[in-house]
Amino acid sequence: MTKITFLSATGFDFVVDANDGDSVMQAAILNDVPGIVAECGGAMMCATCHCYVDPDWQHKVPPPSDGEREMLDCAASELRQTSRLSCQIKVSAELEGLIVHLPEAQL
Amino acid sequence: MSIAKRLVIVGAGQAGFQAAASLRQEGFEGSILMIGDEPALPYQRPPLSKTYLKEGDPARLELRPRSFYERLGIDLAMPNVAVDVNRADRVVRTEDGARYPFDYLILATGSACVSPPIPGAALPGVHQLRTLSDAERLRHSLETARRVVVIGGGFIGLEFASVALQAGHEVTLIETAPRLMARALSAHMSETFGKYHMGCGLRLKLSESVLRITADQRGVYSIVLEHECVEADLVLLATGVRPNVLLAVSAGLEIDNGVRATETLQTSDPAIFALGDCASFPDPFTLQRVRLESVQAATDQARLIAKNIVSDMAAPYAALPWFWSDQGQYKLQIAGLSLPGDDEAAVERGDGSLSVFRFRSDRFVALETVNGPSDHMAARKILQARVPVSRQELQRTDFDVKSLARAMTSASN
Repeated sequence: MTKITFLSATGFDFVVDANDGDSVMQAAILNDVPGIVAECGGAMMCATCHCYVDPDWQHKVPPPSDGEREMLDCAASELRQTSRLSCQIKVSAELEGLIVHLPEAQL
Repeated sequence: MSIAKRLVIVGAGQAGFQAAASLRQEGFEGSILMIGDEPALPYQRPPLSKTYLKEGDPARLELRPRSFYERLGIDLAMPNVAVDVNRADRVVRTEDGARYPFDYLILATGSACVSPPIPGAALPGVHQLRTLSDAERLRHSLETARRVVVIGGGFIGLEFASVALQAGHEVTLIETAPRLMARALSAHMSETFGKYHMGCGLRLKLSESVLRITADQRGVYSIVLEHECVEADLVLLATGVRPNVLLAVSAGLEIDNGVRATETLQTSDPAIFALGDCASFPDPFTLQRVRLESVQAATDQARLIAKNIVSDMAAPYAALPWFWSDQGQYKLQIAGLSLPGDDEAAVERGDGSLSVFRFRSDRFVALETVNGPSDHMAARKILQARVPVSRQELQRTDFDVKSLARAMTSASN
């Protein structure tokens, strides 16, 4: 189990114990974190699990693939340098304490 | 909304779930009851023919945990079967005798596997793949089977075949049509996938009909074709689905390749909506009445219905259809809806991806890609904008849809 904190755009935080091997998106869905929609279920066909990795954590998370970058272009909220699809970030012990920020909207 | 309305959703698949979730997101304050005929909480179906068969963890499939429904006040009547809609009294009756009054009813009854008229197709142990329990049984049989026969070369049959091949099974796929996924794809793309799967070891039999299926005492199946007989330890029938319309028929609603819905996804009774696999609607892109079996249609239609109900509007449905299918190392993505007879032009990109453009009267109408997410996304932007783009225009730019999409985006800003 790895602790992940989701910070909503309106200032709420959700701390979840995520299963290692799951994606950050799955951790959010399994723990009923509002703000991650994940319409395609992790097939990288939509951009509704968009999140911003906290700048302090950015270097610890592997960079996005080209496909993920293309899909991020379709995100509903502002695209930032820290933007990621949470379905493409795998939870592991190295990410213990990871903080991700949720965008204002996913659709 | 001045008075609290009562809303009932029949069907707890992707479409029913999304309708409930979107209604709450849009601020619907009335009661929401979802009736589903399966015991599990609403779950994703696409992984049933892919990752679920490898991982086998049903909890990973749930669209949301139980707390989501409690938090949002979405009541679940599951497993339960809606057997009757009394339109005069506006009441849905379920199998257990309960009566649920409604102001709005949403039919999200989905589809069921077609059972082809093949003698032996209903033999015990001949699998179908639609529900979680189907997938559980299939997964279990796969553990001991060596020889696998898949009947039907559509998305589900091929997705399953590639999982079985990857797991080391001996797989034969039989398709009546002369090419794979013929209903949805260009000839070039069918060919590409046929070559790919055969390269992975698939024994592919096209233009072949199954005459009958028999089984012996050892549990070995014989699949009899015109000139040969293929033996198998496991048989999957993947010959498509038909819309579940029984409830709509009994309610006296109009049926036309599924529950007939208007451009606002209302049935012939305006208090009753229909969406997803079970509903046909006028598609603004092809100007035809279509019925789509996709996550995209289920979710986009659910959102439109929710928005229209909550804001008392009648906005028409106009979302671009898109699809995907993961088969081994090939990720197929389709933007737009092509029709049989549309022209095609294949473009191989240097990065190993393939894009097949589809044209109707020289107008760009759909794009099929393999491992080409950037072309796919660009096509979605271009086609959704509904600005006509000609074949000649694309040819002039070497089919550079990415630049075209960028130009269109900046022009609209």
